[in-house]
Amino acid sequence: MHGYAMRESAGWGRMPRVRCAVFRPERRSAVRSIVASGARTSYIARGMGRSGGDAAVNANAGVIAFDRLNRFLAFQPETGELQCEAGVSLGEILDVFLPRGFTLGVIPGTRHVTVGGAIAADVHGRNHRKAGTFSQYVEELTLLAGTGDVLTCSRERASDAFWATTGGMGLTGAILTAKLRLLPVETSFLRVDRKRTSNLDETLAALGTGGERMPYAVAWIDGLARGASLGRAVVLSGRHARKDELPEHLKDRPLSCLRPPRFKLPFDLPGVVIRRFSARAFNALHRAMRPSGEGLLADFATFFFPLDGLLDANRLYGQRGFVQYQAVFPLESGSAGLRELLEKLGASGQAAFPAELRGCGAEGAGPLSFPLAGHTLALDLPRAAGFEALLGELDAIVLKHRGRLYLAKDATLNAATLERMYPRLGLFRTIARRLDPRGLFASDLARRVGLKSAAARTAIGGIAP
Amino acid sequence: MKHVAIFGASSMLARAIAADLARRGFGLVLAGRDRDEIEAVAADVHLRFGVPTHAVPFDAEEFETHGRSWEECRTVTADSLVGAFVCFGYLGSQQDAERDAAEARRIADVNFTGATTLLLWAANHFSGKQQGFLCAIASVSGDRGRQRNYFYGAAKAGLAAFMQGLRNRLHCKGVTVTTVKPGFLDTRMTYGRQGMFLVASPEQAARTIVRATLKGQAEVYVPGCWRWIMLAVRSVPETIFKRTRI
Repeated sequence: MHGYAMRESAGWGRMPRVRCAVFRPERRSAVRSIVASGARTSYIARGMGRSGGDAAVNANAGVIAFDRLNRFLAFQPETGELQCEAGVSLGEILDVFLPRGFTLGVIPGTRHVTVGGAIAADVHGRNHRKAGTFSQYVEELTLLAGTGDVLTCSRERASDAFWATTGGMGLTGAILTAKLRLLPVETSFLRVDRKRTSNLDETLAALGTGGERMPYAVAWIDGLARGASLGRAVVLSGRHARKDELPEHLKDRPLSCLRPPRFKLPFDLPGVVIRRFSARAFNALHRAMRPSGEGLLADFATFFFPLDGLLDANRLYGQRGFVQYQAVFPLESGSAGLRELLEKLGASGQAAFPAELRGCGAEGAGPLSFPLAGHTLALDLPRAAGFEALLGELDAIVLKHRGRLYLAKDATLNAATLERMYPRLGLFRTIARRLDPRGLFASDLARRVGLKSAAARTAIGGIAP
Repeated sequence: MKHVAIFGASSMLARAIAADLARRGFGLVLAGRDRDEIEAVAADVHLRFGVPTHAVPFDAEEFETHGRSWEECRTVTADSLVGAFVCFGYLGSQQDAERDAAEARRIADVNFTGATTLLLWAANHFSGKQQGFLCAIASVSGDRGRQRNYFYGAAKAGLAAFMQGLRNRLHCKGVTVTTVKPGFLDTRMTYGRQGMFLVASPEQAARTIVRATLKGQAEVYVPGCWRWIMLAVRSVPETIFKRTRI
């Protein structure tokens, strides 16, 4: 009844690639009938495929693509409350509502994320310390649970389903619609301070100084620096600019939204090129940059989505793909965990793009929500020879310092490690079992790390190199 | 403000046509059977493009109600309609139709009778106004009957002939009548099926359709290369064609 295409699908890291039956419903009611049809043993919702590993693939089973469930449903300009279908992308929201003076409370590193994906991964941005995760701005969502019921969940109503779904990686059911709270802004520009630092302590200090005044802060760390200059970085901190801070020529169009350039990579680069190139480029940039700059003006896309300009940035790493690695270390571990991780990376010589370091605020209420009060480091590693051994060593460092890894990016974790990183996993499993007793929602990620049940971990293991 | 009515507004092609028209500044009346769906499309187009949109109930198979639906489209826009698109269709099942008269009848009812009874109301309205445009989505499968989908093809061929007559009648009234013949479009009608080729996205198709309609073209194939494919298909002698399995 519902057509599907057998297709090889992968995450943003392009590995593993697995064959899935991809459904593409055009109305919300069709999602329900697909899941009820019994055409496949299980299903996972998929947005724009930006999660790093296997979160949105389901080998030999169903994938429900939300490409065409992307309608805006209602907007209240007085409160900034936006209701939309789960397939609407954050980029679309910004395109439509930034010119009207509204922004998202949390903006991740790419605009190519659907609302459903942002909720399922409970994404965070450079303002996590102050703003929390994406779910902070979700007022309500509707969920097609595995029971076949469409639940309306919020903090007040079916709150355990709400929190399990935020960060729940699509395993409690399919998110159909959401009500988001957008925040008013005077302009679409940012005031940015830039600081060059020469070691990790300086970098962490620079990340911490912004505080209330500068809610957005990020450090681009040189992943190859070692010894005394370990952790040297360029630290950017920013806040939304006020109208009176704009230069004359922008004052009459304070909300002009400049789209990032779209450049498509026509072929795959061999991985080694980008590694050498990006390391050299970063060094050159670091040297050439003046020690600091204050009160710079940046447009929205340049500040928030520096990597979106390259439409197929994931092809930079070549056919073999890459893994995204993002860890958070709690404040109690100080800078020791970060230092150890950076030392290991520097010694391996594998880090490609400069790593991104950000501060995190308090842990969220979702049992699988990733951020912890502390610092998070995100980087890309090409799947070069020996990268599995390296990842194992990195995982051990993260565990030792009581940190955890981000499920939305992960492609290699195993079940035992996951249980130690997410102490509230048991609570998640209990709620997920109630919402989806027959296990109709599943993904390769869920089977690999045993997200839904401890027993499932043996079903399919390991990574496909 | 100028308004355009779109019938069968919940399909992906209709959504894309609505977006294209909204981008050009037209207000929209979106008519269809599934109330929730057309209201969602109306809200979406309004929020994205800022033009006024209205949702009006319409059921292609309830011929007697078409006059009322048309009247409602007219009144909600304060009589400012300048054109109408007829986008609904029902592919149905050829196999079922060969055994079950109800399915055969439904294919004819939606694609031919429903479309023409509605178009008559629109034609009479614009004829009186001495201006306006009409556009209906027919199909390449109406250009030559084939064993695979001749019920659907016959209904769409009938619609195309009806549009020809309407064009002839309304020419002197300054009303343009455009027949669209899509090949394969990337919608749920074709998604996941084998043997699809030259598939156009709904957005590409909508751009071609809206441009041709506003220019007042008589007939347009989407994508354009289907004109030549169908010319070739039509020119095969029947003695040979009847033996084929395409």
